[in-house]
Parts: sequence; C-alpha cells; structure tokens
Amino acid sequence: MSLKFPIYMDSHATTRMDQRVFAAMTPYFTEIFGNAASRNHAFGWQAEEAVEKSRKQIADLIGADAKEIVFTSGATESNNLALKGVAQMYAEKGNHIITAATEHKAILDTCKRLEKDGFRVTYLPVQTDGLIDLQQLRDAITDKTILISIMYANNEIGVVQPVQEIAKIAKEKGILFHSDAVQAAGKIPINVQKDGIDIMSITGHKMYGPKGVGALYVRRRNPRVRLAEQMQGGGHERGMRSGTLNVPGIVGLGEACELCHKEMAEEGRRLAFLRDKLKDKLFAELDEVYINGNMQHRLPHNLNVSFAYVEGESLLMGINDVAVSSGSACTSATLEPSYVLKALGAGDDLAHSSIRFGLGRFTTEEEVDYVAAKVIDVVKKLRELSPLYEMFKEGVDLSKVQWTAH
Amino acid sequence: MAYSDKVLDHYNNPRNVGSLDKADPNVGTGMVGAPECGDVMKLQIKVNPETGVIDDAKFKTFGCGSAIASSSLATEWLRGKSVDEALAIKNTEIVAELALPPVKIHCSVLAEDAIKAAIADYKAKEEKRTPVGAVTA
Repeated sequence: MSLKFPIYMDSHATTRMDQRVFAAMTPYFTEIFGNAASRNHAFGWQAEEAVEKSRKQIADLIGADAKEIVFTSGATESNNLALKGVAQMYAEKGNHIITAATEHKAILDTCKRLEKDGFRVTYLPVQTDGLIDLQQLRDAITDKTILISIMYANNEIGVVQPVQEIAKIAKEKGILFHSDAVQAAGKIPINVQKDGIDIMSITGHKMYGPKGVGALYVRRRNPRVRLAEQMQGGGHERGMRSGTLNVPGIVGLGEACELCHKEMAEEGRRLAFLRDKLKDKLFAELDEVYINGNMQHRLPHNLNVSFAYVEGESLLMGINDVAVSSGSACTSATLEPSYVLKALGAGDDLAHSSIRFGLGRFTTEEEVDYVAAKVIDVVKKLRELSPLYEMFKEGVDLSKVQWTAH
Repeated sequence: MAYSDKVLDHYNNPRNVGSLDKADPNVGTGMVGAPECGDVMKLQIKVNPETGVIDDAKFKTFGCGSAIASSSLATEWLRGKSVDEALAIKNTEIVAELALPPVKIHCSVLAEDAIKAAIADYKAKEEKRTPVGAVTA
C-alpha cells in the first residue's frame, strides 16, 4: 500500500469521521429532518426514534441506562454543565471541588470561573508518571467537598487515572464523582457502574464521529444526580439541557459509539502493537529519549516522548509531512510549554522537546514505519545543530550551567 | 504557522554549523538563552589577528526554526566583517531579511545577543593577551 501525505497522527486532537458514521448520518440532514421534540406527527416521531436509538448505543458503550444520557454540543459543554450544574445545585451542601492540575482546559477554566463565583477548588498535583496520589486526594477532602472531577485519560500523555479507586473514596465520603472521559471513551472499556462514576463527559469527534455533538452521563440512582441547567429554553433532556436536538449529530455519535463498542478490543490491541513498534524504533535508534507519563496505565494509541536537546517546533518543521503535536512553547497559543508536562515535574526543557503521537483507527503499519524513520532522521540532524547535545556528549552537566534566561 | 522561504532555506541548509576551538585566543564564543526557555544559541567567531577581520563563524542552536535561521544568517553576515562592523548588526535587520513574524522577533534578539557575547569574549581574550600599558608595535 502506498503512503498518502500528510500522515495524520494527532488523534487526541480529533479523529477522521468513519465513513460508516457518515453514512448513518446523511439521511437525517435532508429526508428525516423532523424536530425530535415534535410529538404530534411522523417527522418528529422518526427523529425521536433516531435520538433514542443513539441514546441506547451510547449507554451500551459505557454500561449506563439510556435515560441517563444527556446530549450536548460537545465535551466542553458537557464539562461546563457537569461542574457548574453540580456546584449550583449542591451549593447548600458545600462549596469545595477537587480536580487535578493536568485536566483539560474545559475543566480548569470552568473551575477558575467557579472560584470567581465563590467556590473553592483544589488542584491536585500529579506524580512524575502523571497519576494522582490517592492519599493526597483523601487529604484534600473536607466536609464542604461536593465534587471530585478527575479525567479518565489525559489528552497529552494518555495516562489513565485510577478511576475505580477515586470513585470508592468519593462514595465513602458521599461526594459526587465526575470524569472527563473524552479521550478514553470508545478506546478502552468503561463501565460507569463498575467504575462508580456519577457524571461523565464524552464527545463525538474523538471517536470517529462528528464534531459539535457530545453527551453527559448523569446517574439516575445510587445516587440520583441533579444538575442545575445552564441554558433556558424548553427544558429538553430532562430539564438539564434545553435546545432543539442536533439529530444528525446525535445519530453520528450513537453510530460512532456502537462501532467503538464492537471493535474496541481488536482495535486497542492493534494500536498498542503499532504504538509499541513506534516507541521501540525510536529508542533503538536514538539516545536520550524520555517517555512522558506512565506506560502501563496508558491509552493504547498514545505515545508522548521528549527528544532531549532538540526543540519541539524545529522537530515538527522537519517532519512537516506528519501531523503530530508538541508541548513546546513555540507551538502553543500562550507561548508557554505544556502545563501537563510541567506538572510531571520533568523540567521545562523536556516539555519543549516533547512530541505527542496519537495513533488511530486509520493509522497503518506503513505510516508508523515512515514516521519512525523520519523522526529519527530529523532528531539526528537537529542534534548535530544542538549546542546542548554537544555539551551533553562532552560530559557537561547542563543543570550546573549558568544560563542567561531571557 | 507558515515559515518564509528564507527561514525554510536556512533550516534545511544551515550555514556554518559547527564549533571552533574555545581555547584558541583568536576565537570568541557567545552562548545565550536557556534550555527551559526553549532556545540556546552558541555562536563563535575567529578573528584574523593581522587584519582584525572575522575569518570564520560557526553556530549551533537549540531552538525553533526561526532561531536556527537567525543564527545561521548571523554567521553568514559575520564572515568578512571587522569586529566593529559586526557589532553594528541589528536584530531588526535579521527580522527583515528572514521576514520573521512578531512572535519570532525574540529569535533575532537572541542572535544579536549571541554576536555581542562572542565579540565580548574575543575582546576579553585580547585584553588578557595585551597587558595594560604594554606597547604594541
């Protein structure tokens, strides 16, 4: 099979929509166009039927009941609804929320907003492998804590948090547990019953479905979770999310979930094999390569590595026919190196040198071989250019050098 | 971000990559930046003691493509210049030549700093070699 360029290896940012998902969606744009809330004619019934099928497909993927699925516009809205919805609904019980420093901005920025509104938020640090420390979680809990929000798997380093243990602690203390499962859903097995999750965010476009549609799982019993609505206008979705349902998007999300459910086991094995092949090739040919994040508790399709003494943006420039991302400051909008990598405590220099590879359903072995060879070639070339690599080779301890910070 | 053709050219074919002997009295070495900031430039000049002209210039840079291009360009410009002419090189000239966007101006500043640091190092060596009060023929 011949390679097609550019090669996409940035699946944590978004994924290509599966043709089967697209095919399932298309009739709902033109032929079956009804409003799912129209209760008195066939157009509405057809749309409602499609929505309820999707609800079931999503629920089946995560071990929930269809009635526990609330449709949203995506994970950012799901996370906002979960955090603000709980904070406002349970404000009388307490005003303290616990989350982690490595959460997605949709969680962190929402927490910042809640702090302005008078809530108190604890941002747990993570250990050097990206996992939270369960004892620190226990220690952070107060009698005012109403919510723990810890992501299922991280979007940069793919590290999977000990969700079941976190849920146990939350349950013990009568605290609600929300998890942002955007990166994990459809990729690794999730069961909200077994995992003990009360509220969970997912989105379509990270699992080969459409953009602009997501869902929030909201537990209905043990305990029954209540959320304050964040938009008014009709009381759709059990009063938690008003607005006419995006029927084609919802159909796509459902189909995407069903495909993931069916193919996850085999796809996970295939991607773990390819990811490990990529990792092994890089390590065989290059020295001073570091893995960011725990390798055991990790999504099968994620690899995040730092090529010491090489700056990330210059590396991306050299592999410009491959789409990956870097934690380097130069590639971020804020001109700050990745806060996730900084939270691992490895030092800013390794964040500047990091590359995130996100493999996916459409990644081929030929692509992995090509990317590995190309990265190795460019890293070697850039190290020839690197004064730091030269110093390292001369045995200079770079941490002892007096740098002129600017 | 789109890079200018000149940045791409310097990135793909960097000029004068390498190192000169730091201990050579005619070599000035400038190292600026810091790894945690994402760029470090090492720039070296070799001055002909007879003519005072920069015969050779070499660089090594850890940094983005614009940082690599800025230092590569600097070595091209340094060769054949007198030390005083070299001191007159301004970062804005590098910005203009490479068509650097505003977020990359710091790369050109770093290159100018590297030039100045290399010259300062060379001059410090020169003073050591010529004790104060000594008469030079």
